[in-house]
Amino acid sequence: MLALQYHRSIPAYALVRATGGHPSVATSDLSMLDLGDVPEPRPPGPGWMRVRPSVSGICGSDTAAITGHASLYLDPLTSYPFVPGHEIVGQLDDGTRVVVEPALGCRVRGLTPPCRHCAEGRIGLCENVTEGAVAVGLQTGYCASTGGGWGEVLVAHQSQLHAVPDRLPDEAAVLLEPFACCVHAALRGGASQGDVVVVQGAGTIGLLTVAAVRLFTPPRRLVVVAKYPFQREQAKRLGGDLIVGPDEVFQRVRFATQARRLDGLDRPLLLGGADVTFECTGSARGLNDAVRFTRSGGRLVVVGMPGEEKVDWGPIWQRELNVTGAYAYGTEMTGERTFDLAIAAAPDLALDNLTGPLFRLGDYRDAITYALQAGRLNAVKVAFDLRDLRA
Amino acid sequence: MGRPGAVIEVDRNTPPTLFHHGEGVRLERLPLGSRIVYAPDPMEPVAHPERAIRRALGHPLEDDPLRSLLRSGMKLTVAFDDLSLPLPPMAQPDVRQLVLEEVVEMAAEAGVEDVHLVAANSLHRRMTEDEIRHIVGDRIFSTFYPDQLYNHDAEDPEGNILIGRTSHGEEVTLSRRAIESDLVIYVNLTFVPMDGGHKSLATGLGSYRSVRAHHTAETLLNSRSYMHPPDSALHQSCIRQGQLIEDTVRCFHIETSVNNHSFPAVANFMQKRETDWTPADQASFLAIKQLTDLAPPGVKRAVFHSMRAPYGLTSVQAGQVDAVHDSTLDTVRRQMLVEVEGQTDIVTMGIPYVGPYNVNAILNPVLVVCMGLGYLFNLYRGKPVLRQGGVLIMAHPCRYEFDSVQHPSYIDFYDEVLADTRDPVDIEKKYEQCFAEDPWYRQLYRKSNAYHGVHPFYAWYWAAHALQHVGDVIVVGGQRAAVHHLGFKCASTLEDALEMAEQTVGRYPSITHLRLPPLFLADVK
Repeated sequence: MLALQYHRSIPAYALVRATGGHPSVATSDLSMLDLGDVPEPRPPGPGWMRVRPSVSGICGSDTAAITGHASLYLDPLTSYPFVPGHEIVGQLDDGTRVVVEPALGCRVRGLTPPCRHCAEGRIGLCENVTEGAVAVGLQTGYCASTGGGWGEVLVAHQSQLHAVPDRLPDEAAVLLEPFACCVHAALRGGASQGDVVVVQGAGTIGLLTVAAVRLFTPPRRLVVVAKYPFQREQAKRLGGDLIVGPDEVFQRVRFATQARRLDGLDRPLLLGGADVTFECTGSARGLNDAVRFTRSGGRLVVVGMPGEEKVDWGPIWQRELNVTGAYAYGTEMTGERTFDLAIAAAPDLALDNLTGPLFRLGDYRDAITYALQAGRLNAVKVAFDLRDLRA
Repeated sequence: MGRPGAVIEVDRNTPPTLFHHGEGVRLERLPLGSRIVYAPDPMEPVAHPERAIRRALGHPLEDDPLRSLLRSGMKLTVAFDDLSLPLPPMAQPDVRQLVLEEVVEMAAEAGVEDVHLVAANSLHRRMTEDEIRHIVGDRIFSTFYPDQLYNHDAEDPEGNILIGRTSHGEEVTLSRRAIESDLVIYVNLTFVPMDGGHKSLATGLGSYRSVRAHHTAETLLNSRSYMHPPDSALHQSCIRQGQLIEDTVRCFHIETSVNNHSFPAVANFMQKRETDWTPADQASFLAIKQLTDLAPPGVKRAVFHSMRAPYGLTSVQAGQVDAVHDSTLDTVRRQMLVEVEGQTDIVTMGIPYVGPYNVNAILNPVLVVCMGLGYLFNLYRGKPVLRQGGVLIMAHPCRYEFDSVQHPSYIDFYDEVLADTRDPVDIEKKYEQCFAEDPWYRQLYRKSNAYHGVHPFYAWYWAAHALQHVGDVIVVGGQRAAVHHLGFKCASTLEDALEMAEQTVGRYPSITHLRLPPLFLADVK
């Protein structure tokens, strides 16, 4: 089958890193990425099914891996070579439209009893990601056994599959996976009605977090830090009260929270500030800003995947911030599955507005280059369209 | 007395006209038949200012000589106007310095030891040490600063006292120091007719509680104009407050006026009509034009703000507030009044680099509005030069630029409030209290050099009457995004602006250019 494959190669990694992850190198023949004919993945056990991806998104974590910016922490949690792509809407052999919940927890791996996290439904935190019927991997799209969304076929356990409502086009459904992440993040943030919440960043994760916070934990004021015009427009549409630029975040958050602002040598800080901040850029700048405009005792939810970033821990220490990650999904405190919440909410959000342009797999170099500059090019979710491969 | 003000009609021989353009200047050719209104020449200054001051203090109007009011053991507070006037700041010695030195000397001779000198900055920013020194002079500064010479703090909860309400329910607060004094002397400089009188103490040593009584959209809408106190609801309110203050505290008012000699020799061409420019003036113009076209904004700002004006004292009077102020206004009007025959479809004006609220800072977009549609538009008596529904064309770069030290709340006002609404009444209702009570603005006002949190609202209300009156506002040479954010239109050239204006006022409009500063008061017949 035709697929893009990611190989673990130290020389290729070194080369890509040396160029700062420049797209022309990160997608070249000398990179870790390779388009070719690969064996179709085989179902590793009962309950596994073939899925033929229709549309598969390019996530920030994918581009981070391709450009050598992903955290090396993830390396031992990944098996190689793998077919990337974990934002997947596809079809089963019987034609059913499905989205894939890619987390590879105990149930998927056929492990009983499940680990303590999987037992609680928090499959993203599974401690058995090296065990069981499939190779090492946190998710489909980072596992050598399952295939991924950037190939013609992948295999998924039936517990990973969710039927897609008819009124949700593929272009919207491809965002269900990141949306579920954001719903989980919003619930972890736990903002209340009197809070001022900041969503830092307005790429896919930022915008979907805006929507999730607005729907599931609506605050008094929802401030969104967005860089580009299209992002600002979408942030407003999805429920942001106040859309601000990265350079004005301290000024605007100060005003929204009636905090006090002090100007430091490197960057300002607020005395007071946001009650809850969702950091969706994963960048050092975003993180360092966030720890300075989130109020003492406030909550900072890291949603966007960070790499090895230099973050000043001084504010975290002095402000007694509650810094928490928000990874993946599972079963929330309410007992509902995050994906179910996302699927129920998605049809009213017109998420297909966020998707595009779509590229064919053969144009992966262009696609990845485009995805790396999505904001600047007024795009949010760049994706592969694999429907023609099915025909 | 030099020439009176004049209204010149543009003909083929009329040279291009000077437009101020923020920290820059430009020459524009106005269409034939346009009118240009020029300020009167500077009045002849008083020959011996110190002698005139002594005479005023010794022979006050409807009050006893100052010397007789001073006695050993008394508590004396001397308040004085802050740096918001005159503009540009006056070359040393400032007339306030001359008056203060006389007052202080007189107090010392009478054995008064408990003397405090308070800058009556109201909700304006605190002045820096250098700025205070510039106004009061070295001798007073070194004697009194900082313990007995300081800025008024309108947000000091202990330092301001509610003394009552007027018959209209307006709250009146005053500095505790003033209330507890046996005598309060106010040293004023009336630069334009809205200054001075009861407004001095009622606002200068007041607090937000008292200032908010008249700094409202409604009051400003009912002040036609606030540059002509008899027709100004704002001034009527100040008078009511002032009378309550006079009933509470023994006050002695000293008011001064200066001529309109607004520019130093290097920028003398700004002072003159273009027909009077000498080769030296033309060279100065070219040099400044070249500098301002090429230099970065910071350099231009530094150069312009370093200018000091060689104003001359034209009058000084002391005593009871009403008698004193009437006399002051007589002189000010003599200097400023220019008769203008009838209104016009289009008014053009160049907005200069400085207004009352940006000394040593940027004239930010909100202040551009305050300056153009507030101060300059309102420089009339009777009716505005611009007809109802006419078009106001202002020249200014109008960049999205703010001084974060002086104008922190202006930034939020621009970004938050104007993004929502530009209607002064709506703005007041929805946002004023939030800004006025913001603890951070309060702290910056008290401890730094920031205007009070509510100040941008006042700057906007100042323009309320004009906003209601004009049919359109076009900013020539402005930054498009900022101009649109203010609700105005943007034009690259004056020609374009005039063409755009015709869509509002029709073909062949009458045009009047207000060539200021130097400032004048249009007496529109």
